[in-house]
Amino acid sequence: MLKRTPFYDFHVSAGGKLVEFSGWEMPIMYRSIVDEHNHTRNSGSIFDVSHMGRLYFSGPDAEKFLNLVFTRDVSVQKVGQCRYGLLCNEAGGILDDVIVSRDKKNWLMVVNAGNRDKVVNHFHKVRHDRDLDFDLSDQTESTAMIALQGPKVIEKVSASLEAVKDLKRYQFVTDSFMMLIKYTVSRTGYTGEDGVEVILPAKMAGTAMKMLAGKFDQPEAILKPAGLGARDTLRLEAGMPLYGHELSEDVDPISAGLGWAVTLDKDFIGAEALRKINADGPKQKLVGIELEGRRIARQGAVVSGPTGTGVVTSGTFSPTLQKSIAMAYIPAADAAEGTALTIDFRGEATKAKVVKLPFYKRA
Amino acid sequence: MSIPTDRKYLKTHEWHKLEGDLVVIGITQIAADELTDITYVALPKIGTKLTANARFGEIESVKATSDLYSGISGEVVEFNDNLNHNPGTVNTDPFETGWMIKVKPSDKAELDALMDSVAYGRSSGH
Repeated sequence: MLKRTPFYDFHVSAGGKLVEFSGWEMPIMYRSIVDEHNHTRNSGSIFDVSHMGRLYFSGPDAEKFLNLVFTRDVSVQKVGQCRYGLLCNEAGGILDDVIVSRDKKNWLMVVNAGNRDKVVNHFHKVRHDRDLDFDLSDQTESTAMIALQGPKVIEKVSASLEAVKDLKRYQFVTDSFMMLIKYTVSRTGYTGEDGVEVILPAKMAGTAMKMLAGKFDQPEAILKPAGLGARDTLRLEAGMPLYGHELSEDVDPISAGLGWAVTLDKDFIGAEALRKINADGPKQKLVGIELEGRRIARQGAVVSGPTGTGVVTSGTFSPTLQKSIAMAYIPAADAAEGTALTIDFRGEATKAKVVKLPFYKRA
Repeated sequence: MSIPTDRKYLKTHEWHKLEGDLVVIGITQIAADELTDITYVALPKIGTKLTANARFGEIESVKATSDLYSGISGEVVEFNDNLNHNPGTVNTDPFETGWMIKVKPSDKAELDALMDSVAYGRSSGH
């Protein structure tokens, strides 16, 4: 039985095409992936991201625990700040990529839907093995979460949620709307656009959606719903990794180009392995690739470079750039910008080259 | 969704329309909608020999890549060059301007074995 988010009825009424995603019934699109993609880049979109896991930590050892499982130093993190980082195993393999937010009395960690059970089990085990005293509260199903992304989002949303105006990138605030709906809003996202992500009680989801989506079915609507299809093409253009594609337990953050999200001079699970990988230099690197022509290199496609072969992790035809783009792990020696590559399509070699990530950066 | 009655179908969503001595092949609206935004159509060159129920090309969308099948044997005499530059035509007008190839069939009777619009509608759940 697939899980449904509090916005399920909205998706159905808005004509969303529902698919299975990590055990949830989610809209892949409402109108067209490209249309929703472009509307996000030009105006703004509303994404239901309630399937993502929301885990709250509190108690005396919460900070100590987070410093043990998370790749960044949470003791220097300020109240009201969100930080992206990784959870690793002892070998440095990536268990998940997450955002940790520090509030006054507790911590929030947003994890990927498909990894939620795995990381919760991992956390229980760490708590038991290290005899730590903290509370883990999984509020994924009692809350809803939406992402509002696009150049017109901040102006539009500040009209009803005043706290948004003064929020800087990777900051969050907890407030209430008309003393009624308690919500947490962060200036974060997964599209390469400015925007916010909002967490609110599940039973308020319908009201909030009506307020935000408004007359979304009118052509001139500033905000329109967008599905997981556009979310994927948007994050790919923005060079952001997706767990199950660029990230897995078989890859480490250094090879994935996420060294900036790892504090190597503190102790955490996987730190020792990562220090060694960092010192030796990774054998493979995640790169951006631009292909000639319109063919799309899908996950698993083989890439040939001057010194060896690699594998595509994600690919699409970029709606913004009108080019075929992909990300791939290739030998580190071939990772320099401009290196000529070929990608095989059923025996037909297509020319490609290494390009700088992200493919798209907002003005 | 309306399915034209003047042609024959494969359960893999290709339509086949007899026009004089030739058979025109494309994909249905149901398939185009399922693929979503089509970005590339790989079609065979003129002169390529086709075998009934074998793959003749590939179609790619933002979402996925799928094979294209021909329900008949024959020789490709024309392909829709416009799809090179405007693959989205398959989304907007799959039954007319979004056609893919024209085939000189080796045996027109092979068409009789394909599904009619009613059978196709049933097989695709529409």
